[in-house]
Amino acid sequence: MNYSEIMVRYGELSTKGKNRKTFISQLANNVKSVLREFEDVTINAQRDRLHVNLNGADSDAVMKNLDRVFGIETYSPVMRLDKDSEISDIQLMSKQMIEDEISESTTFKITTKRQNKDFNLSTYELNDQIGSYLLDNFENLKVDLKHPDINLRIEVRMSGIYLSSKTIQGALGLPVGTGGRATMMLSGGIDSPVAAYMAMKRGVKLDMVHFYSPPYTSEQALAKAKDLASKLAGFGSSINFIQVPFTKIQEEVKEKVPEGYLMTIQRRFMLKITAELTKKRNATGVFTGESLGQVASQTMESMMAINDVTSLPVLRPLLSLDKTEIISIARKIDTYDLSIMPFEDCCTIFTPPSPKTKPDLEKTRHFEKNVDVDSMVKEAVDNIKVTKIKAGESYLNSQEDVFSELL
Amino acid sequence: MIYFDNSATTKINDDALKSYQKVSETYWGNPSSLHKFGEESFSLLNQSRKQIADLFNVNSDEIFFTSGGTEGDNWIIKGVALNKKKFGNHIITSSIEHPAVMNSLHQLEDNGFEVTYLPVDEDGRVSVDSLKEAINENTILVSIMGINNEIGAVQPIDEISNLLSHYPKIDFHVDAVQTVGKGDINFFLNENVNYATFSGHKFHGPRGVGFVYIQRGKRLDPLIAGGGQEKNQRSGTENVPAIVAMSKALRITLDNYDVKIQGQKSIKEMILNHIQNFDKVVPFSKDNDNFAPHILCFAIKGVRGETIVHAFEQYDIYISTTSACSSKKQQISGTLKSMNIEDDIATSAVRISLDEDNTKDEAKKFLEIFDILYKKFDKLS
Repeated sequence: MNYSEIMVRYGELSTKGKNRKTFISQLANNVKSVLREFEDVTINAQRDRLHVNLNGADSDAVMKNLDRVFGIETYSPVMRLDKDSEISDIQLMSKQMIEDEISESTTFKITTKRQNKDFNLSTYELNDQIGSYLLDNFENLKVDLKHPDINLRIEVRMSGIYLSSKTIQGALGLPVGTGGRATMMLSGGIDSPVAAYMAMKRGVKLDMVHFYSPPYTSEQALAKAKDLASKLAGFGSSINFIQVPFTKIQEEVKEKVPEGYLMTIQRRFMLKITAELTKKRNATGVFTGESLGQVASQTMESMMAINDVTSLPVLRPLLSLDKTEIISIARKIDTYDLSIMPFEDCCTIFTPPSPKTKPDLEKTRHFEKNVDVDSMVKEAVDNIKVTKIKAGESYLNSQEDVFSELL
Repeated sequence: MIYFDNSATTKINDDALKSYQKVSETYWGNPSSLHKFGEESFSLLNQSRKQIADLFNVNSDEIFFTSGGTEGDNWIIKGVALNKKKFGNHIITSSIEHPAVMNSLHQLEDNGFEVTYLPVDEDGRVSVDSLKEAINENTILVSIMGINNEIGAVQPIDEISNLLSHYPKIDFHVDAVQTVGKGDINFFLNENVNYATFSGHKFHGPRGVGFVYIQRGKRLDPLIAGGGQEKNQRSGTENVPAIVAMSKALRITLDNYDVKIQGQKSIKEMILNHIQNFDKVVPFSKDNDNFAPHILCFAIKGVRGETIVHAFEQYDIYISTTSACSSKKQQISGTLKSMNIEDDIATSAVRISLDEDNTKDEAKKFLEIFDILYKKFDKLS
């Protein structure tokens, strides 16, 4: 069935008092952004609900995109009939709407709201005529007013008659953009996209920093990180993807720093650059996918030695999650398959066989003096490349258009 | 030229040929190479795979490229037999399979496997009951073709797969080489079919390329060992230009295939209705749903099949004796023999095989010549 509109109900944001207006308009923008491929769709945000008018667009495809948008508590696909429709049309449509959901014993009720007082049937008459029609048509259907399997809602408004029978759970959370702006360090592995997802769920709009080290890392590794960003953009907002040239720093550190401190000092560079970019772009924090104890750089001691380079809050949503928990979220948000594609990223090259799991802060600071930190950080920050990434884009398969004529 | 021998091979599609050339000129890197140039070929290879999988409603990782139908049949039959020999040594097939299946099985018989060849009825179809009877505790594989290449009999793949769904130990292979664009793919490649073989040049793709469907979770041994291409299952540098051209040809062939089937069906019907009025004509293919829309096999009593083929060829019309693979060896058609057709009639059999490019005008021309030739043969015999 191709529905005529989707009615979206707000979640937590309806409790946000004075900010409510900004929350709703942000959600409307986000919905618009994930539905931009559907040219005919229009969006109408009201105080208590948001209406997505499909105007002929494929309702299944639209709902699939809506599923990921934070700030939606539930939504219902709706069928609109003309406001002067005959009762027989409403009956027939009601039947079509619940047809698929009827099993051996299904219960239902009808909830009618009749705002259009000119409509020729009363609320009671509508309930009676539609209910008895459905009971006549489906043998296994029974009425249950308290706990029905199907609640068929009929709203008779001035603009038309609206029918809906399904309520679908949305992504919950807060609309991306209502929780401030921060920078995400996105490597391309399994963890960072999950951390980004969790930050976005609380409404944070993220810029994503990715360290790029050609020729040690390939273009595919970069494309993969961009594809991950595009997946994440599906949660509500386009993402600025910041590509930082990192080759020179890695080579220099490798040459001049003792092996045991290579990793710690590389990470300090990454965080320092990210912090610089965060301040420059007027954002207020840094998110990472670190999880306590997972690898050498993620021990308490390493975090202290690395965190030393900035006073910005470094937020780690995965801090106390197990790898299996992280993987199960990655699968749920559909980033796992991309993440495990085997392209070398900048975290795995030049890793010493046995990095210090408990680096000493003073020694770290001391060895770092072997390289010119400030000028290299400045050079990296000056040479970033920013790409605006939207939901549904693919960089790994960017040749598809060229190839489509061959196939 | 009137070409009525499309079950032997088809003409390559113009656009597929253009793709072949373009890929050969521009994207000729080795898909296994690490560099960007090789990576482009790799991406092209995988998009071809995805396109084929999408067209058949299966997953990309279930499609493996081969050199064609013969390799596909050999691989699946021997590969499954080798892989499953610890579970049993009995294989069931029909008595009308293509030589690629038959001779693979003969080789296995020489190596200790036992094979049951199911009989066929007068329509050239195996029965599910005889299959059920043939199954024993050692049965590991059933291989049945989708559409017979000689008389066009459509095998009851749906009933067979329903039966085999009760025998999870037995794998099911469908030689689907003749089926592409000739019927609903979900019939030949339903969820209980574990393996299926396809060949590019039977649907206007290039020669020397084909693919097999291997259902997720199914295991078989590779036949061609080497550099580990196709997930270690079929080594050898991938024939990317041919693979791309094949997936394009597949898309074009399947586009509006039901309309194209109706066209072929009506030509077949027109020819059959005309020739069956002649006393000496014995049609083997019928005009019903047990037969493919594009194959018409018949005999003219007392005239050798090859004589009929050569007689038509003088008018630039190309038909064949029953199958291109066996025709030069002057063997009697295996299918007709299995249908208990007498030898002297079976040696007179010829096959017309159509495709979507054939027209009613061609059929009309064919029938004019048929009338002339029939009169001549009638006087001489």
